Amino acid sequence: MVSLDLLRDAVVLGVLLGCFYAAVSVGLSISFGLLDVPQVAHPAFLVLASYGVYLCNDRYDIDPLLAGLSIAPLFFLLGLLTYRVYYETFERRGSDASVRGIAFFFGVAFIIEVLIILQFGVDQRFVSAPYIGKAWRLFGMRIPIRQLVAFAVALALTVSLATYLSKTFMGRAIRAVAQDEEGLRLMGANPVRIKQFAFGISMAVVAVAGALLIVVAPVEPTLGRVYIGRTFCIVVMAGLGSITGTLAAAVILGVTESIVLTMFGASWAPAVSFALLLGVLAVRPQGLLGR
Amino acid sequence: MPRSTLMFWFAAAVFLAAVLLMTRLIGNEYPFFAGYVILQFIVLAVAWSILGGYAGYVNFGTNAFFGIGVYTAVLLIKAFGAPLAVQIAVAAIIGSLLGFGVGLLTLRMRGIFFSIATIALAIIIETAVTNWRFLGGAAGIQLQRPPVTAPFDSYVKMLFFVQALLVVIAIATTRTIQNSRIGRGLQALRDDELAAECTGVPTLRLKLLACAISGALISAGGAPAAMYLQYANPETAFNLNYSVSVLAMSLIGGTAHWIGPVLGAILLGTTQQLLAVTISSEINVLVLGIMLVLFVIVAPKGLIGLMRQFSMRAGGQK
Repeated sequence: MVSLDLLRDAVVLGVLLGCFYAAVSVGLSISFGLLDVPQVAHPAFLVLASYGVYLCNDRYDIDPLLAGLSIAPLFFLLGLLTYRVYYETFERRGSDASVRGIAFFFGVAFIIEVLIILQFGVDQRFVSAPYIGKAWRLFGMRIPIRQLVAFAVALALTVSLATYLSKTFMGRAIRAVAQDEEGLRLMGANPVRIKQFAFGISMAVVAVAGALLIVVAPVEPTLGRVYIGRTFCIVVMAGLGSITGTLAAAVILGVTESIVLTMFGASWAPAVSFALLLGVLAVRPQGLLGR
Repeated sequence: MPRSTLMFWFAAAVFLAAVLLMTRLIGNEYPFFAGYVILQFIVLAVAWSILGGYAGYVNFGTNAFFGIGVYTAVLLIKAFGAPLAVQIAVAAIIGSLLGFGVGLLTLRMRGIFFSIATIALAIIIETAVTNWRFLGGAAGIQLQRPPVTAPFDSYVKMLFFVQALLVVIAIATTRTIQNSRIGRGLQALRDDELAAECTGVPTLRLKLLACAISGALISAGGAPAAMYLQYANPETAFNLNYSVSVLAMSLIGGTAHWIGPVLGAILLGTTQQLLAVTISSEINVLVLGIMLVLFVIVAPKGLIGLMRQFSMRAGGQK
């Protein structure tokens, strides 16, 4: 039987893990949740960002979080480009585009994965920073500081993104385009440009999240595959596009995964997010806090 | 029987006879070893296109069906020492049951949601198999091939012939579906599910049928892989590379006609075999990915579409 102490530890670590999951999912929450782009390549871009951060850290000894911020503009531009290609080739042609749009992003994900393997090999990569490898002792619990750092950054990222979307002019425009694209067009605004910008933002967020990914644990090229389940599970459970919902859903997933890990062992953990995702899709496709 | 059907069966018989003759005449095992993979991908791609092409539901879970096929075979070999034919038949039954389950998913979800759900299903099944000690767990399991039965002189050649037989079955099934009310119904629901339902197309029944048939064929195509490799582990049996390969082959060939996935599988399968031997297996996934992306952007209807365009242009000039 699992003792109460173990359960408490699992819940605390699960909350920390959950906030980290929120950070890796908010990008998808914008691109898939708000813009309806079938961004299956999101986890692959996430891993790509991690390798970018690894490169900065390994070559120039830059702090991983700082490195994440500094590659964010690059990812923003990459996002603008990706959305442009997607829009020109699929969204504008309409009808039959959905099947091929999904296939497009699936293909992109695999290309990224293989390019990483060719460049870096299949070995795990990790970064070094003063806060990695140490731990705090709190009421007899051992909490790795890297988890706390990821928790803090993730929380800051999610809250600032939620504020951005609800308070600034551009943020509101993004939410408007998600609600009623045609309406926006009638007002004389260009929905495509707004969506392109929003996609760029989502990719910039991915860059920072990628830094967290490699801070929390070593990264390998195929890591993205597990995160397909986690990120989509969170975004769907959150109710597409809701940022606060993303945080809540991510904490639910984090705690569930952590408890399963404690009770049944690590080999069952990958299935948790996918099982939760299937459950949500089957029972309540509009999510817990649906729009 | 219409003439085209007669022609089809004649061609199929010639194909099988040629394969049988090859196994008698060519002594070297390697061509069969390499060719087996190509035949296997033809089965998978053709089966995938029943759901993905006609009905427009993108199944990312090819690896789930493939892995189920492999592990059904493993279970039967380990528990009962069952012969190959039984392995394939049972794999097909279990694959169709899983397909039926996937079909039920289509009740609630379409597009990307369906695709993600199929990935989810694959991971869940893989995790369950990984945790099943009897099947070898994460470390995998070694298998012993039984002695080969006449008229074949090696097991690989026999597997090659069996897979060729599966190719014929898969194509014949798909061809029948394409030319029947089922295929037209599926195409109608792909274009507009609501309109199809309103005009009396039994959409749910058709989707369930398509899922079950597609699943049965993919699992059947996967079952001989256990004996082919003489080894099975969850990571390779449920590898997502199967999903992307099959998706790429179907879309590159074109899904409007059963010949599309066949062409795609032959083209990409051969390239893969050559690249894997000469350069590396990473490069072949890269080539696959790039071709997939290029084709969905530039030639949305695949090779079939390109050929039709070409012949129309040539015809127009006359």
